[in-house]
Amino acid sequence: MKIDKKTRPKLAVWKFSSCDGCQLSLLDCEDELLALTDQIEIANFPEASRAVVKGPYDLSLVEGSITTSHDAERIQEVRRVSKHLVTIGACATAGGIQALRNFTDVRELIPLVYARPEYISTLGSSTPISSHVLVDFELNGCPINKAQLVEVISAFLHGRKPVTPGHSVCIECKRRGNVCVTVVRGEPCLGPLVHAGCGAICPSYNRGCYGCFGPMETPNPAALSAMWLAGGMATDEVVRRLRGFTAAAEPFRKESERHDR
Amino acid sequence: MTGKMKEKTIRVGYLARVEGEGALHLRLKGDEVAEVRLEIFEPPRFFEALLRGRGYAEVPDITARICGICPIAYQMGSIQAMESLFGLQVTGPLRDLRRLIYCGEWIESHVLHVAMLHAPDFLGYEDSIRMARDKPELAETVRMALRLKKLGNEILRVVGGREVHPVNLRVGGFYRVPARSELAPLRAELDWGLEAAQRLVSWTAGFQFPEFERDYEFVALRHADEYPIAEGRIVSSGGLDIGLTEYDETFREEQVPHSNALHSVIVGRGPYHVGPLARYNLNRDRLSPLVREAAEAAGLGEVVRNPFRSVIVRSLEALLAVEEAIRIIDRYEMPDRSVVDYEVRPGVGYGCTEAPRGICYHRYTIDSAGLVADAKIVPPTSQNQKTIEDDLRGFVPRYLDLPEDQLVWQCEQAVRNYDPCISCATHFLKLEIEREPAGPEVG
Repeated sequence: MKIDKKTRPKLAVWKFSSCDGCQLSLLDCEDELLALTDQIEIANFPEASRAVVKGPYDLSLVEGSITTSHDAERIQEVRRVSKHLVTIGACATAGGIQALRNFTDVRELIPLVYARPEYISTLGSSTPISSHVLVDFELNGCPINKAQLVEVISAFLHGRKPVTPGHSVCIECKRRGNVCVTVVRGEPCLGPLVHAGCGAICPSYNRGCYGCFGPMETPNPAALSAMWLAGGMATDEVVRRLRGFTAAAEPFRKESERHDR
Repeated sequence: MTGKMKEKTIRVGYLARVEGEGALHLRLKGDEVAEVRLEIFEPPRFFEALLRGRGYAEVPDITARICGICPIAYQMGSIQAMESLFGLQVTGPLRDLRRLIYCGEWIESHVLHVAMLHAPDFLGYEDSIRMARDKPELAETVRMALRLKKLGNEILRVVGGREVHPVNLRVGGFYRVPARSELAPLRAELDWGLEAAQRLVSWTAGFQFPEFERDYEFVALRHADEYPIAEGRIVSSGGLDIGLTEYDETFREEQVPHSNALHSVIVGRGPYHVGPLARYNLNRDRLSPLVREAAEAAGLGEVVRNPFRSVIVRSLEALLAVEEAIRIIDRYEMPDRSVVDYEVRPGVGYGCTEAPRGICYHRYTIDSAGLVADAKIVPPTSQNQKTIEDDLRGFVPRYLDLPEDQLVWQCEQAVRNYDPCISCATHFLKLEIEREPAGPEVG
C-alpha cells in the first residue's frame, strides 16, 4: 500500500523509566527503518531526532514504567495526544526490574545509592502504563522482539489487530526442536508460565527461561513452584526466580508473595 | 527580566539524540557563563540497592538492564568482578568469544552514535532520516551505516542469543559456545565491514570541527598487549596507573541537587574524561597497522584534545572492532567446555571494562551463601558529566553572537560529543540557557 506523504500517519515514541533497549529496537530494524519512514512519519522520537512535529499522534509507542509523580502526570498528557497507544516492553507493560522496589520500602533503598536522599524524588512503586491510562495494545519483552514491533506497526497501518500469540515459551521450544532443559537436565525454567515472543532463546542456549516476556494468557505458577520445591529448591530461590523482569505482573507477584514469608 | 542585571536563560527542555532523559541549563552573564547544569531527570532505578540479596549468578542478567545500548559492558563488568573474587581465569577461545561479542557491541553502539545521532549535527540536519532523504550520497552513507550497525548486532545475536540484553554470558564462560560453522556466515559480511568502517572514518574526518581543545585528564584501561576492551589497569594522562582494587580510593562520586546521576572526580584533582578519545590517546601504540594508517589518513595526531573529533575516533574504533572480530573468528576453535569450573567464595570482587562510552566500574560484596551483600556500579556517563559541563563553560562564550536556536544546537552537539547515555547514568537531558548582561561596562 502506498501512503501519500502528506497524510502519512504520525508516530511518536515516549520514554519513561527504562533502559532505552525497546525504543532502540526500532532503530535496530536496520532493514526496515528507511522503508518504514516512507509509510509513517516519525513525528516525535527524541532519541533519534531533535525535530518535533506537533501532535496529536496517530500511534504512540510508550517505553518505561511510571516511578515519579511527574511521570504519572506526563503519561496522562501522552494519552491525550495519542489516538492509539501501544506499550513496548516489560517496563511499560509490567513495571520492569525497577518494580522490585514494590516489594520493599523505597525509603530504605535511596540511601543505598544516594548520599543526599532529599534531592531524589520518586514514588514507592514502579507501575505499568495500564495502571494509569487506557492502553490499546501491550507488547511484551525485555527487550521486545523487533519482528513483533514491525508486526505491531504494520498491523496499525492496515487497521488490523497485531498477531502476537499468547501461548507459552514451551510451544516455541517444541517448534524450534529444543530438548527440554527441565526434563533432561532438571534445569529450572519459567517457560511453562511465560508468554511466547522471544523464540525460546534461553533454552536454545542451554539455560532455563527467566521470564522476559511476562506471564502467558492462563499461567499456573503454583504448579511450577510446587515442582521446584519438591525438587529441593529453597523457598527464597523460588521467590527470586519469580521476581525478575516482570516481577510485578499479577500472576508472578501473587505467587512470589505466597512464598515470601 | 529586570533592569541592568537581567538574566538570560536558554534551556533545552529535552535533549534529543541521546540515550535517556536529560536537560541542559545555561545562565549567561554578559559573555561569561555563570552557570551550567547538565540535568539528568531520568528517574532513578536503584540498581545497586535492588541487587542486594540476589544470587551472584543472576547479577549479569540484572545489570544488563541498566542499558539497552551497552548491555555487554554491564554484563562483563559484573562477571569480571565475580571471577576475580572466585580466583578464576577465563582464557583461550572463551576469552576470545567474550572479546568478540564486546566488539559487536562497540560496532553497534559506535555506528549508531556516529551516523544516526551525531553526524546530523555536523551536517545541519535534525536527524539521520532527514539527512538520508536530502541527498542520494547521504542516503547511501546512512544505508551503509545501518548495514554496519546490523553487523555489530549480528555478532551479538550469534554469540549472545539476541541484540539487546543477550542471554549467553555467565560467570565462568558461556551457557553454550557456538560452533565454527555458526560464526562463518559473519565472516563475509565482516570483510565488507572492514571497507565500510574505513569509509565511515574518512567520511567523518571530512566534517568541519569547531576549534576547541581542552587539557583534559584522560582516563582509560591499558592492557599489556591489546587495545583495551574487556580488561586492563586503569591509567591516565596525568600519570595514574592503578589496579581495580584502588579505584575507590582514587575516584569519588559526588551527588549534586540538579541530577539523578552521581558526578565522579579524581580525588584531589577534579573532573576527568573517559571514552574513545581517552582510549585512543592512552593506547595509540596498541593500534594495528591498518587502524593506525586509517588514523593518520584521517588526520588524527598522537593526542586528540578536541572533543568534537571523537566522532572520528568512534568510527576508528568501529574499524578496530571489525578487524579484531575477523582475527578472532579466523583463529576460533570450538572449546570442549563452555564454562570453567569454580568455587563460590565470599568477599569483594572488582571489575572494569571499556564500555563504548568509557570505563565502567563494578564492585560487589558476596556473602557466604553466594548472595550480593553490597554493589557499586560507576557508569561512564556519570564520570564524564562534570567534564561535559566544563566543556560548555569554555565553549559557549565563543558562540554568543549566534542566533539563539543555533547556539542551542551547538550546545547540544557539544554534549553529544560524549554520546551520553543517561539511561546508564540514570537518564534525560534538556538545555536551557539564561543570559544576563555582565553589568553596565559590558552593556
